[in-house]
Amino acid sequence: MGCEAWLAKLDLYLDGELLAEEMRACDAHLRVCRECAAEGFARLQLRRTVRQAGRAYQPSAEFRRRMERQVAGAKKPFRLWTWAPALAAALLLVAALGLYRGTETRGNQAVSELADLHVATLASVSPVDVVSSDRHTVKPWFEGRIPFTFNLPDLAGSPFTLLGGRVTYLGQVPGAHLLCQVRQHRISIFIFQQRTAGTILPADMTGRNFSYSVASTTAGGLNFILVGDVASEELQALASRWRDANRT
Amino acid sequence: MQAATFEELAMPLFDQLYNFAHWLAQDRSEAEDLVQETYAKALRGFAGFQPGTNFRAWIYRILRNTFLTSRTGLKALPSLPLNSEEDEAALTLLPSQPTPETLLLERDQQEAVQSALAQLRVHHREVLLLAEVEDMSYEEIAQTISVPLGTVMSRLARARQALREILRQQAKGRDDGLRSVAR
Repeated sequence: MGCEAWLAKLDLYLDGELLAEEMRACDAHLRVCRECAAEGFARLQLRRTVRQAGRAYQPSAEFRRRMERQVAGAKKPFRLWTWAPALAAALLLVAALGLYRGTETRGNQAVSELADLHVATLASVSPVDVVSSDRHTVKPWFEGRIPFTFNLPDLAGSPFTLLGGRVTYLGQVPGAHLLCQVRQHRISIFIFQQRTAGTILPADMTGRNFSYSVASTTAGGLNFILVGDVASEELQALASRWRDANRT
Repeated sequence: MQAATFEELAMPLFDQLYNFAHWLAQDRSEAEDLVQETYAKALRGFAGFQPGTNFRAWIYRILRNTFLTSRTGLKALPSLPLNSEEDEAALTLLPSQPTPETLLLERDQQEAVQSALAQLRVHHREVLLLAEVEDMSYEEIAQTISVPLGTVMSRLARARQALREILRQQAKGRDDGLRSVAR
């Protein structure tokens, strides 16, 4: 391997991210090649400076005290011996209720959060960050912004129109939030990876939340949740288009 | 019991999280808001945190997501170029003499690097800070910023290249300035 190839791997070497065998080979090369060793030394110097320069900001003493109070205030004093009988009874009750209501509660919570996101988006002066009805414009916009990709259905000839999209988060999981329109109604389509959002989202979220209809479907390892104030049949029709576009 | 564990895990990271937040937001009061919201969200979600998994990556991810949905974050996000992450050809080394690194040895290094860091695009700055200042592994960075390992590698390489280029320009600007004074 020549110097150019080693220089391309120099940062990986300095980060300790090469395989053990390559680490040893790179090490051996740096011992005999003065140019590469000099480049490695220069990069190491820069890293040290970045490390020092990067520690530029200190929180104020007042802010530190405020945060310490907040975090400490979240702790509830707890005396087990005083509360043990009541706790045991409560645990039994919670366990019994939890068996029946656990999934439902989780589903309701997720639906409520998505309905909130839908309402907040509609109330925003700029509801989408990529404004386009062209799926070939909207899809590439998400590249590098979310850790997965998805297909947008061809809505030509359907009553639905694509308005655009934005990045969203549910329970700290990144996802895509698309907006479609049918007549004067706007519909949110939330897309999350099943493997990361599986613990947050129940399998089927179809139903109603307050005055909103909710439909859900899965395809290609992705969850699609649709929220809007249209008839559930219309929402299902749009959900089918998203499912078909993402079938593998 | 759980809150105490949260405090034990979260408070030692307070200074680092604040520093990272300040670099992202580039503003003291906004950094304080970010940290405060991060701790509030982390505390609420702590019941779902699995003991034994990486708490640091988890709380940094919360901070970063909070930043990305803030006004400043939304403004910074569109600066992420499309299709650039896998463009390996662009990662080749630039000609390296004289290197900005060696020139910097004679200069006010720290100040120059701080200025260069502030000029980096936010997605380059964050990945560089996580690697160099927080000493995170590629795997940990991937967890924190929710991208594949390959993207961490290419983004970090781009960030370092961009930093070197800014430093090179700074050094050139100073040299030109000194020459015109000497004339």
